Amino acid sequence: MTISTETTGVTEAQGIGASPVRPDGTMKVRGEFAYSSDLWHEDMLWGATLRSPHPHARITGVDIAAALAVPGVYAVLTHADVPGVNRYGLEHPDQPVLAEDVVRYQGEPIALVAADHPETARRAMKRIEVGYEVLEPVTDSEAAVAGQGPALHPGGNVVRHVPIRRGEQNVTADVVVTGTYEVGMQDQAFLGPESGLAVPAEDGGVDLYVATQWLHVDQQQIVAALGLPPEKVRLTLAGVGGAFGGREDLSIQVHACLLALHTGKPVKMVYNREESFYGHVHRHPARMYYEHGADRDGRLVYVKAKIYLDGGAYASTTAAVAGNAATLGVGPYDVPNVTVDCWGTYSNNPPCGAMRGFGAVQAAFGYESQMDRLAEACGLDPVEVRLRNAMSEGTVMPTGQVVDSAAPVEELLTRLRAMPLPAERSGELDLRRLPGGVSNTTHGEGVVRGVGYAVGIKNICFSEGFDDYSTARVRLEAVGGEPAATVQTAACEVGQGLVTILQQIIRTELGVEQVTILPMDTSIGSAGSSSASRQTYMTGGAVRAAALKVRAALVAHAARVLGHEHTELSVAGGKVVSRHDGVLADLVDVLDGEAFDETVEWRHRPTEALDPETGQGNAHVQYGFAAHRAVVDVDTELGLVKVVALDCVQDVGKALNPQAVLGQIQGGSAQGLGLAVMEEIQTRGGVIRNPSFTDYLIPTVLDMPPMRIEVLELADPHAPYGLRGVGEPPTISSTPAIVAAIRAATGLALDRVPVRPEHLTGT
Amino acid sequence: MDFLRPTSLDEALAIKAQRPDAVPIAGGTDVMVELNFDHRRPEALLDLTRIGELAEWSTLDGTVTLGAGVPYARVIDELGDALPGLAMAARTVGSPQIRNRGTVGGNLGAASPAGDTHPVLLATGARVEVASVRGRRFIAAEDFYTGVKRNALEPDELITAVRLPAATGGEQFAKIGTRNAMVIAVCSFAIVLREGHVGAAIGSAAPTPRRVGEAERFLLDELPWDAPAPLADSLKRRFGDLVASAATPIDDVRGSAAYRTHALSVLARRTLTWAWDGYRGSVLQCA
Repeated sequence: MTISTETTGVTEAQGIGASPVRPDGTMKVRGEFAYSSDLWHEDMLWGATLRSPHPHARITGVDIAAALAVPGVYAVLTHADVPGVNRYGLEHPDQPVLAEDVVRYQGEPIALVAADHPETARRAMKRIEVGYEVLEPVTDSEAAVAGQGPALHPGGNVVRHVPIRRGEQNVTADVVVTGTYEVGMQDQAFLGPESGLAVPAEDGGVDLYVATQWLHVDQQQIVAALGLPPEKVRLTLAGVGGAFGGREDLSIQVHACLLALHTGKPVKMVYNREESFYGHVHRHPARMYYEHGADRDGRLVYVKAKIYLDGGAYASTTAAVAGNAATLGVGPYDVPNVTVDCWGTYSNNPPCGAMRGFGAVQAAFGYESQMDRLAEACGLDPVEVRLRNAMSEGTVMPTGQVVDSAAPVEELLTRLRAMPLPAERSGELDLRRLPGGVSNTTHGEGVVRGVGYAVGIKNICFSEGFDDYSTARVRLEAVGGEPAATVQTAACEVGQGLVTILQQIIRTELGVEQVTILPMDTSIGSAGSSSASRQTYMTGGAVRAAALKVRAALVAHAARVLGHEHTELSVAGGKVVSRHDGVLADLVDVLDGEAFDETVEWRHRPTEALDPETGQGNAHVQYGFAAHRAVVDVDTELGLVKVVALDCVQDVGKALNPQAVLGQIQGGSAQGLGLAVMEEIQTRGGVIRNPSFTDYLIPTVLDMPPMRIEVLELADPHAPYGLRGVGEPPTISSTPAIVAAIRAATGLALDRVPVRPEHLTGT
Repeated sequence: MDFLRPTSLDEALAIKAQRPDAVPIAGGTDVMVELNFDHRRPEALLDLTRIGELAEWSTLDGTVTLGAGVPYARVIDELGDALPGLAMAARTVGSPQIRNRGTVGGNLGAASPAGDTHPVLLATGARVEVASVRGRRFIAAEDFYTGVKRNALEPDELITAVRLPAATGGEQFAKIGTRNAMVIAVCSFAIVLREGHVGAAIGSAAPTPRRVGEAERFLLDELPWDAPAPLADSLKRRFGDLVASAATPIDDVRGSAAYRTHALSVLARRTLTWAWDGYRGSVLQCA
């Protein structure tokens, strides 16, 4: 698809390229937006989930009698009550809806309770007696790869091994730098906890209202577990309070439906904050061994890497995460010889899966730390070493894939370097500008400034031969004397602003102001997931394609009605316009009771699977790039960090909504800052030690500096409007840039994120 | 659960005498968390927010009487000059919303080792005013904290106020957290210097907040009170070491014991410098 020939060429006021007010924005700011946790139904019951306190145990018995006896309890269910297949999963169905004879992680669901009050449900849940034979938890990814320890699943503890082989495998170089790096387990920390409402239907099916990222993949897994045909399980998106990958896997979906079908009553489930930490997957923690070989000028000769990703108890998306970490494992650099092995493994740690950046985040901390080491070894500036190795359009990836659209790594870095640096601290003491903030830990004592750079790469959309598509229906008709468009998709608005983008696309393509986005549900075909930075590309692409079909039909109709050549005609500003004669008629008059209604299933160009031996293949659709420069003030005596500046340059192909683009870059950068200096789910023997926002810290406004952002728009000719997915790239380079800046300030090696105060003080 | 809402202190004390199991609640920033997590489910809550006198403060003869129900936000806004150390500590509590609700009385009632105001109360030599139908008594701050989340209150007593000397010298409070706002103390430190008095105390580094007596005595003896000059590094360092040696911290998810000990020594040195500057400034003003 090309970008310019099919657009009207007329800029609609609220069309693409503008930043109209989000339809949900005002309500969210005022606290009036209905999230999934606000769902309510007359006569509804409340569900609660009994979870394993042990990361690894055999279940020797479950006694529900005492729970059932609690007044107000309507049902207590165990795995024996799962009518269909008691297994689900995004890539491999390996996870029980309710545990059978073994639990593989702390927090694994064992039983469900429905009661007429949430507290009754929780208290009854505590009366369920479960006998456990506690087993030694398996927690080491490398041991799993070495074949050590008990197998947690049939087939052993390796979910996937992804080898990448390019060029010479036994090559040497004048300059060699090595490093071992670790990334802690980050959480998506979305603010709206898992929640939904299941309503039993008269046809024996169920209607589920839920906050999720992909309605149809939920539906697929639910029907398998319930043993129902798809038409009997209908999903509607409820208000989503953030996702970041954490809602890709099922949480309450099957459980709420089970309880609703069993009791014949609507059942609402809402996790509290602590349960939420057990109720969704996290970012894979990683251990990575890197070796970079270069010539004396700092030009890369080879990269060798072993990357271990701990996927926890169930597969979730571990295989795809490993694919990303492997294929993007050397970063946005031109490397002639590559040897990468990436493993995703099972353990008794919390299950890990999708989170913004999806494998690319972990690898970037490794390869960018290495690039700084290489710069030091070669006596080069960190930006210079990156420029010397920067990939560009035409570069051959380690997979053999030729990059066939803009890859402006050099431009990102030079623009970033040219941005002004923040002023040194001066003037009156303002604690908010110092490490430690208002906690009054320094008035400048021990504070050293450092600057660091990083650049990252991310694949956009689904990869490795996945049949990735989105379905959209667009209808145009006159309503109340105005031309009005309606858009129906199943694409999940998770806070990213997709509903605004879809309205903008329609305004641009159909020249109408009034665009209604119907509720997202499964009455239309799949839109795919709101992940992989793909929805503007995919559902935006589908809506645009449907709009173009509507426009073509409309123009043909108008040509007939107005007696014009249809090749002359277009629509803009609510008018039918002729190229030569200008405005011909009001659109609403031409419509005259007619409705134009088109549904399209839209695909990006196909990708290929990776060769299982060599990792070769055109696996990715599109690459996205962002670069960050971080400036930090470090209190070197106390190990506290204040990020003073976190500036970013990103190529977005085309900014459909510039304000939303900036929001994505700011949010993604903040999430990367969190991973750099504070965010980690700490586990010990598989047990989560900090399942709360008291101890799982995310950045506040005093931690995140205002950003300088430059957005490039280098069109990708293969993508709708030339756009490039925006959401993930800024999360990737933010973390290594900040750590590089802390290293510059302290001279410490810092091979693990998040960097904790102890790492800086050596205590 | 009964929700009891007395409108006078006498009424509240009468209820507390009858129902010692009733849990007092003011801002609710601690109690409600415990209820929401089902960590405790008392038979009754005793709401103190209708008792006007608990939300007042007054100053008499250089002593501030701070009602137990005065929220942190008002301590910051109204008492920054009289009680700068307490105001600094209050500024580090939670978010603006929490500071609008939370109170010093509540901090005392919870008696968490990580409570932000405790080191200041210890260092200034505050006295906690408690009352019951049996009468009123004062408990010195250093006798108030009896264990992890335990205090010296009798079951029928309520915390009504805290009495602290208004600052005449230098006061400082500092706290370590792993982000720059809204964080629970990894460890904290307060120091108060005034003519003839050195108070210093640590928080979140022992089972209870505690004064560091040896370090206090060292300063009392060694500070150049008569000719207030900048302090020698060796003196600050010795003070830092003494403070650190008084800590008995643990390793936990928020930080290691070794880090806490180290950080306390740094905070002690720095806050001593700042407090001494404050003290010198006050002496110069008087001169």
